Amino acid sequence: MRLVVRAAEVLGAERLIPITRAHVDSCLYHGEATVDFVERLVDGGARVSVPTTLNVGTLDLLHPELWRGDPATAERGRLLMDRYRRLGCRPTFTCAPYQLADARPAFGEQVAWAESNAIAFANSVLGARTERYGDFIDVACAITGRVPDAGLHRTDTRRAVLVLRLAPDVPQALRASDALYPVLGIVLGRRAGTRVAAIDGLPPGIAEERLKALGAAAASSGAVAMFHVIGSTPEAPTLAAALQGRQPDEEWEVTLSELRAARDGLTTEGAGAPGSAIGAVSLGTPHASLAELREIAGALDGSRVADDVELLLSTARDSLAAAEAEGTAERLRRAGAELLVDTCSYLGPVLLPSPLPVMTDSGKWAYYAPGNIGARVVFGSRAECLRSAVTGRVWRDPALWGER
Amino acid sequence: MKGRVLSAGEAWGQALVLREPLSLWGGLDPASGELIDAHHPQRGVSLAGRVVVMPSARGSSSSASVLAEAVRSGHAPAALLLAEADLILAIGAAVAAELYGHELPILVLAHSDLSQIPEGAHVVVGRDGSLAVV
Repeated sequence: MRLVVRAAEVLGAERLIPITRAHVDSCLYHGEATVDFVERLVDGGARVSVPTTLNVGTLDLLHPELWRGDPATAERGRLLMDRYRRLGCRPTFTCAPYQLADARPAFGEQVAWAESNAIAFANSVLGARTERYGDFIDVACAITGRVPDAGLHRTDTRRAVLVLRLAPDVPQALRASDALYPVLGIVLGRRAGTRVAAIDGLPPGIAEERLKALGAAAASSGAVAMFHVIGSTPEAPTLAAALQGRQPDEEWEVTLSELRAARDGLTTEGAGAPGSAIGAVSLGTPHASLAELREIAGALDGSRVADDVELLLSTARDSLAAAEAEGTAERLRRAGAELLVDTCSYLGPVLLPSPLPVMTDSGKWAYYAPGNIGARVVFGSRAECLRSAVTGRVWRDPALWGER
Repeated sequence: MKGRVLSAGEAWGQALVLREPLSLWGGLDPASGELIDAHHPQRGVSLAGRVVVMPSARGSSSSASVLAEAVRSGHAPAALLLAEADLILAIGAAVAAELYGHELPILVLAHSDLSQIPEGAHVVVGRDGSLAVV
C-alpha cells in the first residue's frame, strides 16, 4: 500500500479507485533486486486481490531445453516466476494477455497493467483504462486492488493532442502491408513521446494484430501508453471524438521518406542486403495470437524452412495449447518452425549462436534485440520474413516501399 | 534551482546530459552502469555515480527493476533529473530505498532549468529538491 500511495503522490492523485484486474511484469528476472522484492512479499503473506495475469519470464518453462545460457540465471528466473505464482497470479507468462479471452478487459474497465505493449493495447484497442505501470507497482496494485485516480484512468487525459496523417506519397502497397504498422509505430513513438496521438487517414476497421504491432513499436521508441486510430479504435469513431471536441496542439504529416528512415533504423547497418544470408527468423513479438499462428502455418504449408535457418515463433502457452489441439502447431513444426512460450527470444540466449543476422517482422524486437542479445537485425514484412526463412536469404518485396 | 521531489535524498556528482530519451530496460546494463541502447547517440557512456539529466524516459515498464538492480549492484546514477514526472523510475527508486536503504534522488525540473546544467558540471542535490551547480 505504501507503494500505491507513493504512486498517487507522484501522479498527483487525490484518491484511489478500485480495479478489476492486473497484469504483472515483475516476474522477469533482472538481477537479485527482483528476487529480493518478491521474497519480501511472499514472506509477508501477500496475495493478489484481483484476477492477475503474468507477463513473460526469463525462460520457457514448458521447453526449458531451449535455454542456451548460464544455468544459474535460468534457475533464478524460474524461481522468480514461481514466487509470483505463490502470490496468486495466474501463470499466463505472456506479453499479450489481451489475446486470452478470459483475461481481456472490457471497454471502460479500470485495470492496472504493466508491460508497455499491453498498456498501449488495453487503452487504445480495448478502451480499458490503465496508467503506464511498471515493475513493483504492478503487483502492489494487484495486492491492494487500488490505483491512483490519475492519468489515463481519467477521461480528459485520454484526449489526443497530436494528429498524425500519412502523406499522399505513401504507396498503396505499403498501406496494405503489415510492415507499415511497426514502422509507423516507431514514428509515432518518436513524435508523440508520452503524449496521446491520433492517426488519421488509415482505412477503418484495422485488424487488431496490426494495432498490436503499431502500439508495441510506439511503446519502444517512445513512452506511448495510448493512441487513437480514427475509425478503428473504440474512443475514436471520428477525429473530433478522439480530440474530445477540442483542437490538437500539433498536426504532423508522415511522409514516405520519414517511414523509410524509421524502417532503415530497424535494420543493423551493413545487414539486410537482398540475397544476403540470414541465420534465423524471429516472429511473435508481442506474442503471436492463434490467428497469426494459423496464418503463418498457412503461408508455410507445402514449403520448409531452410536447413541452416532457425524459425522461432513466440506465443503464449494458452495459445500453443489451442494450436496443439487443432493441429496448427504440428503443421508449423512440420514446416521447420520452433515454438517458444513463456518468454521471448530477445530476452535471453534462446536463438542458436550465429554470426548471421536475424530477420523479424517486429518493430519492438528489432529495436531491443541489438542491445539485449547482441543480435544483428534485418526488419521486414511478415511475407518477406517467411520467404527469407524458406530460401535462407533476405528476400525483399520490391513493390512495398516504392523503391523499385 | 529547485525541483519537484519524486524520490528524496541527497547526492552529488558530475552531470551527464542525455541528448535523447532512454529506457533503462534495454538501455542500461545494471551490472556495470553502461548505456547499451544501440539506437542511442551516447551508447557506451557510464551512468554510474553521475547526476543524469534525462529530458524524458521512454519504453519499457521493466525500467523500475533495472534501476533497483543498478542500486543493488552499486552502479546506479547518483541522481536523476527529469523534465516530466515518471512513475516507473520513482517506484524503482522507492523499492531500492526500501530494500537496500540507498536513496536515489529523482527531481522534476522546468526545461529552462534543466538546459542550464552543462555536461560535466558538478551538481549537488539536496533533500528538499534544491539543486546547486558548481
